[in-house]
Amino acid sequence: MPVILDARGLCKNFGAVTAAAEVNAAIEKDSVVGLIGTNGAGKTTFINMITGYIKPDQGTIEYEGRDITPLPPRDITRLGICRSFQIPQLYPSLTVYENMLVGLGIVLRNARLAGFFHRREGDVPGYGKPAHEVAEHLLERFGLADYRDRNAQVLPGGARKLLDIALTMVAKPRILLLDEPTSGVSAQEKFGMMQMVLDAVRAEGATVLFVEHDMEVVSRFAQRVLAFYDWRIIADAPPQAALADENVRRYVSGNRA
Amino acid sequence: MRRDRTVVLVGVILAALLAGGPFLPQWAMFIVTIAFAQGLVALGLMLLLRAGLISFGQALYYCLGAYAAGALGRFVGIGDILVQMLAGALAAGTAAFILGFLLAKYRGIFFGLLSLALSMILYGLLVKNEALGSTDGFNILPSTLFGIRPGPDWVRYTVMASAAVVSLALALIVHRYLRTPLGRLAPAIKDNEIRVEYMGASARYAVHVKYVIAAVLAGVGGALAATTVGHIDPDMAFWTTSGEFIFVTILAGTGNVIAPFAGAFIYGAIRTTAYDLSPNTWQLSLGTALLLIIVFLPEGLWSLFKRHARHS
Amino acid sequence: MDQLLSVAVDGIIYSAWLFTAALGLTLIYGVMKIVNVTHGSFYALGAYAAASITGAWLAHGYPPMLSYVVLLVSAVVVTLVVAPLIERGILRFMYAKDEVVILLITYALFLILEDVIKLVWGVNPYFVAEPYALLGSFSVGGLAYPTYNLILVALALVAGLGLMWLLHSTRVGKLLVAVIHDPEVSRAMGINVHRYYLTTFTFGSLLAALAGAFTAPTVSVVPGLGVEIIVLSFAVVVIGGLGSLPGAALGAVIVGVVRSFSVHYMPQVELFVIYFVMAMVLAFRPRGLFSLAEPRKI
Repeated sequence: MPVILDARGLCKNFGAVTAAAEVNAAIEKDSVVGLIGTNGAGKTTFINMITGYIKPDQGTIEYEGRDITPLPPRDITRLGICRSFQIPQLYPSLTVYENMLVGLGIVLRNARLAGFFHRREGDVPGYGKPAHEVAEHLLERFGLADYRDRNAQVLPGGARKLLDIALTMVAKPRILLLDEPTSGVSAQEKFGMMQMVLDAVRAEGATVLFVEHDMEVVSRFAQRVLAFYDWRIIADAPPQAALADENVRRYVSGNRA
Repeated sequence: MRRDRTVVLVGVILAALLAGGPFLPQWAMFIVTIAFAQGLVALGLMLLLRAGLISFGQALYYCLGAYAAGALGRFVGIGDILVQMLAGALAAGTAAFILGFLLAKYRGIFFGLLSLALSMILYGLLVKNEALGSTDGFNILPSTLFGIRPGPDWVRYTVMASAAVVSLALALIVHRYLRTPLGRLAPAIKDNEIRVEYMGASARYAVHVKYVIAAVLAGVGGALAATTVGHIDPDMAFWTTSGEFIFVTILAGTGNVIAPFAGAFIYGAIRTTAYDLSPNTWQLSLGTALLLIIVFLPEGLWSLFKRHARHS
Repeated sequence: MDQLLSVAVDGIIYSAWLFTAALGLTLIYGVMKIVNVTHGSFYALGAYAAASITGAWLAHGYPPMLSYVVLLVSAVVVTLVVAPLIERGILRFMYAKDEVVILLITYALFLILEDVIKLVWGVNPYFVAEPYALLGSFSVGGLAYPTYNLILVALALVAGLGLMWLLHSTRVGKLLVAVIHDPEVSRAMGINVHRYYLTTFTFGSLLAALAGAFTAPTVSVVPGLGVEIIVLSFAVVVIGGLGSLPGAALGAVIVGVVRSFSVHYMPQVELFVIYFVMAMVLAFRPRGLFSLAEPRKI
């Protein structure tokens, strides 16, 4: 499969603290990649660099052959790379449905002044349907239809996570970065939720990278695993191999042989 | 639906004023016209407030609008009401476009303080400017409309009618704007700006646009106020003037584009009666009213109307 | 050279006055994280109390030399009556609200107090020039300056150094410094942050009242006295950095000197230039020149 995202030689220092040291990763289109590693190992920094939230001190990130390293988050989103957040970033005073509409509105006309002059709302790019239909469709997919008219503020933890991810789908991303999608979700619900998320996401044809601490979730859903430790990638292999790797055992999963 | 109701309401108000206007006493027409002027400024503040921003210096644009209208008369000899409002809009809009590049980066108290500083800068400049009358300011030319100078009995009505038409038209434009994706971005920016950026929109762009719209509204309001009162002076840029606008906005709430005008009208009515009853306690009444509203009715008076409407 | 000297002296006097006036505002922001518009009210209250009480003192034929003490005491008394009333009676219930909302609440209180002052003291101006005239004048470089102005300078020094001493050498002071730096952590360490709010609010308001009281002999005390001082104090505090005490000093000096220069060389820009500096600081160093506040979002 062709490479859709290519990170090369990424280095990042925050003052005296190193957050990334020569990180290389080539992500293939349509793959599902798990990112593992203890806290502070550099996973979130990696995601932040890809999404443009921080700039690497050295190195480049190429997306479909184009250098996206200097771009700000909103441009990167518009190009098709979206992320979800560890702590769900929602619009608390709006209802679930309104949350989706805001996002769709942004995508529809890039939320510019010109939107004032359009008589009818067109179809959402990438979905080919009008905004309210796409909103309902995504809410269905993520199991949030029942919460449609509740304020985002009052949603239970699992639903908040799902809404956060649904919001990222609004821009029909080609690459989706999920930051700890199952954190805070109970053990019984984790698998179901991850399955639902991946089904919904893959149905729209996205490449997925997800950060995860639960090794069972990783081994079940990832096709490939990148293990982070000490600000570098110490293993890059399919889950079975990666989790069996000695270094990964020692530094990440903590399972002695 | 909600949308129709606003348009209908606007139509009804306009019709009532145009038809019934000539029968109103002069002082009432004055209050109504000033209410439109202040309401315009408050409408702009409402736009910003929905995005979570509060400007302590809208008086800057109000004053610019007024002085633009005044300068038209003083230096060019034009007293046409509509041209004055247009001049006010342009002066304010241009200034806001430029200043917006800076201000759109700020939030919270800093946005407020910077807007305050900018308005006080204008105040400082005007107060010492001999050509524009320093602290005394100067008078505005008598109003004309489309070249005709209305007779002394009809001046107030003409100004009021022009005010009503322009203000309500602007209100409807804003109403439409609030339904566009850019307009709907406001509560999202207020709630979670990071999320907005990560969805691909520029919060800064949105804020800049709102800031310019608010300024244009304030500029038109200022020109209108100038023409109604007949006189302009630097106090129009002083922070206490901005304070009045904020008061009206809070009184009104952010529920509907008509709310700021209703709020301005109520404010004007209270202020006049309170002042007449007891000139030394009107600020006390207003201050108390403001306090009570902030604490007990944070959505403003319009929320009472909404609640009532929903139950009926 | 003479010109420069008089610019300097004017600047120092004005800076001293500004410092005393603004110090309380920055202290209250630093500890309570609120922008307090009633600051102007306390300035006015101090001026009115001082003018009326000192006026009565002098009218009764009591020793004029003690009138300075009376000025001081008036300011203290009026603050001790009004400040706790405001803090305990109203502000106390509002601390959970957004900082802009609290600002608006203090604005509402300011409006109320403006009229309270009118109701208590009437609208006629108060003059109490004796403490000012009593001290005569001294000359610097050929120009005569009222000696009274030295009292303003002395007040600024006492207020500034006194506050610094209080914050660094007393137990309460050190707790307040901790709260200024990080209210969350302070709370987590068991400091009852809210209990100190009353003290801070009262003390900060007292500083404003003192500034007003000691300014009273130099002006005619009329309604609206507090209106201009609020926005000037904002300018000083923003320039120095919200919540920073050395910042207030720096801000006062900058504004004082800049104003002095413009008054002497280009009077048309006198007011403009002060707010211009404020806007510049906000634009380029929003944190002020020493600061603690978080400026903007993205």
